[in-house]
Amino acid sequence: MFAKLTITAAADKLAKNEISAYELTEAALKRIEETDEQVKAFITVTKEEALKTAAEIDKKRRQGEKLGVLAGIPVAYKDNMCTDGVLTTCASKMLHNFIPPYSATVVELLQQAGSVMLGKTNLDEFAIGSSTENSAFFTTHNPWDLQRVAGGSSGGSAAAVAAGQVLFALGTDTGGSIRQPSAFCGVVGLKPTYGLVSRYGVVAFSSSLDQVGPITKSVEDCALVMNVLAQHDPRDSTSVKLDTADYTASLTGEVKGLKIGVPKEYFGEGIDPRVKAAVHKALDVLISLGAEAGEISLPLTEYTIPVYYLIAPAELSSNLARFDGVRYGYRSEADDLEAMYIKTRSEGLGTEVKRRIMLGTYALSADRYDDFYLKALKARTLIRQDFDRAFAQYDLLLTPTTPNVSYIKGEVKDLLTEYMNDYCTAGASLAGLPAISVPCGYVDGLPVGMQLIGKPFAEATILRAAHAYEQNCGLERKLPTLNEMGGSPSEQV
Amino acid sequence: MSKYETIIGLEVHVELATETKIFCSCPTSFGSAPNTNVCPICLGFPGALPVLNKKAVEYAVMAGLALNCEIPAFSKFDRKNYFYPDLPKAYQISQYDQPVALNGYLEIDVDGKEKRIGITRIHLEEDAGKLIHAEYGGYSLADYNRGGVPLIEIVSEPEINSPEEAKAYLEKLRSIILYTGISDVKMEEGSLRCDANISIRPVGSKEFGTRVEIKNMNSFRAVQRALEYEVQRHQEVLASGGTLVQETRRWDENNGVTISMRSKEEADDYRYFPDPDLVPVVVPAQWVEEIRQKLPELPDARRKRYQQQYKLSAYDAEVITASKQMADFFEATLKEYDDPKAVANWLMGDIAKHLNTEGIEINETKLTPSHLAELLALLDKGTISGKIAKTVFEEMFASGKKPAQIVEEKGLVQISDEGAIAAVVDQVIAENPKAVEDYRSGQQKAMGFLVGQVMKLTRGKANPQLVNKLLREKL
Repeated sequence: MFAKLTITAAADKLAKNEISAYELTEAALKRIEETDEQVKAFITVTKEEALKTAAEIDKKRRQGEKLGVLAGIPVAYKDNMCTDGVLTTCASKMLHNFIPPYSATVVELLQQAGSVMLGKTNLDEFAIGSSTENSAFFTTHNPWDLQRVAGGSSGGSAAAVAAGQVLFALGTDTGGSIRQPSAFCGVVGLKPTYGLVSRYGVVAFSSSLDQVGPITKSVEDCALVMNVLAQHDPRDSTSVKLDTADYTASLTGEVKGLKIGVPKEYFGEGIDPRVKAAVHKALDVLISLGAEAGEISLPLTEYTIPVYYLIAPAELSSNLARFDGVRYGYRSEADDLEAMYIKTRSEGLGTEVKRRIMLGTYALSADRYDDFYLKALKARTLIRQDFDRAFAQYDLLLTPTTPNVSYIKGEVKDLLTEYMNDYCTAGASLAGLPAISVPCGYVDGLPVGMQLIGKPFAEATILRAAHAYEQNCGLERKLPTLNEMGGSPSEQV
Repeated sequence: MSKYETIIGLEVHVELATETKIFCSCPTSFGSAPNTNVCPICLGFPGALPVLNKKAVEYAVMAGLALNCEIPAFSKFDRKNYFYPDLPKAYQISQYDQPVALNGYLEIDVDGKEKRIGITRIHLEEDAGKLIHAEYGGYSLADYNRGGVPLIEIVSEPEINSPEEAKAYLEKLRSIILYTGISDVKMEEGSLRCDANISIRPVGSKEFGTRVEIKNMNSFRAVQRALEYEVQRHQEVLASGGTLVQETRRWDENNGVTISMRSKEEADDYRYFPDPDLVPVVVPAQWVEEIRQKLPELPDARRKRYQQQYKLSAYDAEVITASKQMADFFEATLKEYDDPKAVANWLMGDIAKHLNTEGIEINETKLTPSHLAELLALLDKGTISGKIAKTVFEEMFASGKKPAQIVEEKGLVQISDEGAIAAVVDQVIAENPKAVEDYRSGQQKAMGFLVGQVMKLTRGKANPQLVNKLLREKL
């Protein structure tokens, strides 16, 4: 059945001509039609373009052209990735009408690989948030329980994959925005090492933290997508030059002797004991496969959230300044320039975005710079060194992805609790490290995610461990309850 | 003499003559139709990212070396945040605390006194676009062609002590930059722009007075005038017991005054921070050496050489070397005509006059070193007179023809045949009895008239020495 299909399985069927890209696309569109009224993963569905692209891929295949694994595979992009000629809103009123005349590098790469874009997914406005409740348009619902949030900010992408609407999606991760929704929705999400994947054409939130990564149904699918995404991009000065890697080749199932560090600060008071238990069980699976584990300390973990909430807002206050109503996007008319700026930005940006702009502007102001921004930069260096020390002893670190499982929409009202969503994920972001979230069980029928953090550019190692776990965990890859709701799932909304 | 001392520091922006912009591949050409040299990057579209143009760094380093700066091995870019419609990202990518060049100087000469003016720093940044405000208000138009053109900002130490020194500093700076070829430094096209900081203090005082920044000066002359105006204004305010306000003032060229724009209290907080989209600029010592090798001989060195090698006066050497094109032309002419003083005189006289009138450089004319050398040779040989040489020069400058050809075509060869001139002299004596009478009764002026008549009849071609000699003999 389509909803359960992985890239690997679909690619196999396509290669054997058991299914055409067109049929696959039709199935995805049908699934979206059936479920998205409940899930609300998509802001834009590009039905006609998708069918056209799929038909072209089929034609190429018939003509015997050599096609990659991703050719004909339906994909969705988080709506902060520019897509040439297709609405790109960042889930903001500010860009409600913005149609970019260019595509992000990641979009181009997947296009060249033959993937079929089905549409653009919902997010927290400008990727700021962790539930999609900050979307200016609507909140995405968790396919496992439609009352609950899908997480965020890449909630639309994670929900779309979990609901079986597309075979994979791209998200962006600044402090956990791929990993947290992946954990909440029971899918695999990878935040690559900073610099491995191009940021060109991805609307910036925090430039020194943002990374694009895949959200997939399996670790193998994740590796397949990374094979396409991990390319040097001369248009992004922070993109590294590395030899292209075949990440699927690293999926040997072999973890014998792999040294896994378990940082105790990630298993403290704020973490739901049931989440801890699930993650420990996952660790046991890896140990049973021959991995070696030891408890370590990352003493600066408690500073991760404060540091993250200075650096990210500081950068975003500058990155989002270009949305001024002058050249594109939302504009409010006023009598003079300053009034136009103020009205445009007051009306065009949401509450949380404005709050963080104020936070960041304050942190960068001449009188506060040394105490806040500069200090945060220094602390960031120390946090990175914390990880360096850990990686002197261990090959990877294992933690929960999130302190809790998904929560009821509107339930989290105070900001500190909301910001703590990033507790387990922001550290790897600040240190620029690769980190993957892999489903590792359920609490009250809701998915739990385990996070594996690797050394810089050691994506192959964390994918290998994640894959070995996935193949041996004994968890059945379930479809979300959405599928079992039968007749009238809308009642649950 | 006033009891106050003037302290001036200059901030000069120079547009670098790279082919493409500093962070994207749009062309930098001046005068294109509005918003045609633009792309998502220089328009600050969402998701677009800057990539540094290496040539811009090379040019900035070259400026640094020409101005005797240190070139740090490492520099970085920062964001200067402020809202204005000519700035698409609402921040300018600039260099805040780690610029590309530091601690240099240049030497000026005012009234024969040499002085060294320190250069604090040179940093790289991107230019903003241009706004055109509707004449009767209501709207403004934005042209982003200039947005992202590479600039260097050259900041002087506050070591300039008069408006004349400020002008001399700018002229020397312009000359040096022109020599390096990294910019055409045309103030009227905006490829050189200057802001000034000025304060005055009682002579002998160690503390600086209240500083005022002056903007919108569109020529070197305007800089000097604006500074003269400010010196006067500061002195008057202080003399009348008033206090000066730290502020930014705009030069109003038409009315010859400065007008307050904004005070320090209204000054922006630019919230500078390192641009996370760009990696630090690493300038290896070896690259600096390579760039140093590319530096041409600079005006000061060339001036000294001209004094020694060609025995030019300090003044002549200064004037000839002020423009690289002029100096190159000078040396090219000397290859074919070996009298430096004569060549210098022509360059500084008739030729300079034409260049000034037309506002062009010598390499933009039809004049060639060979033609000038040939003209001077014709003069030496007596083929043409000094007077005719001027006529030939005018034609040569206008048409680009060879002087010999002009002389030939117009029949301008000097008449040095005594017999031919004697015939004309006889005719003039016969036709002007009054003047002849006057001369004989001792009025020397009459001789001039008679010479003039001979020249008129020979259309200026008669050898003047021969005319004089024959007239004297016959009278």
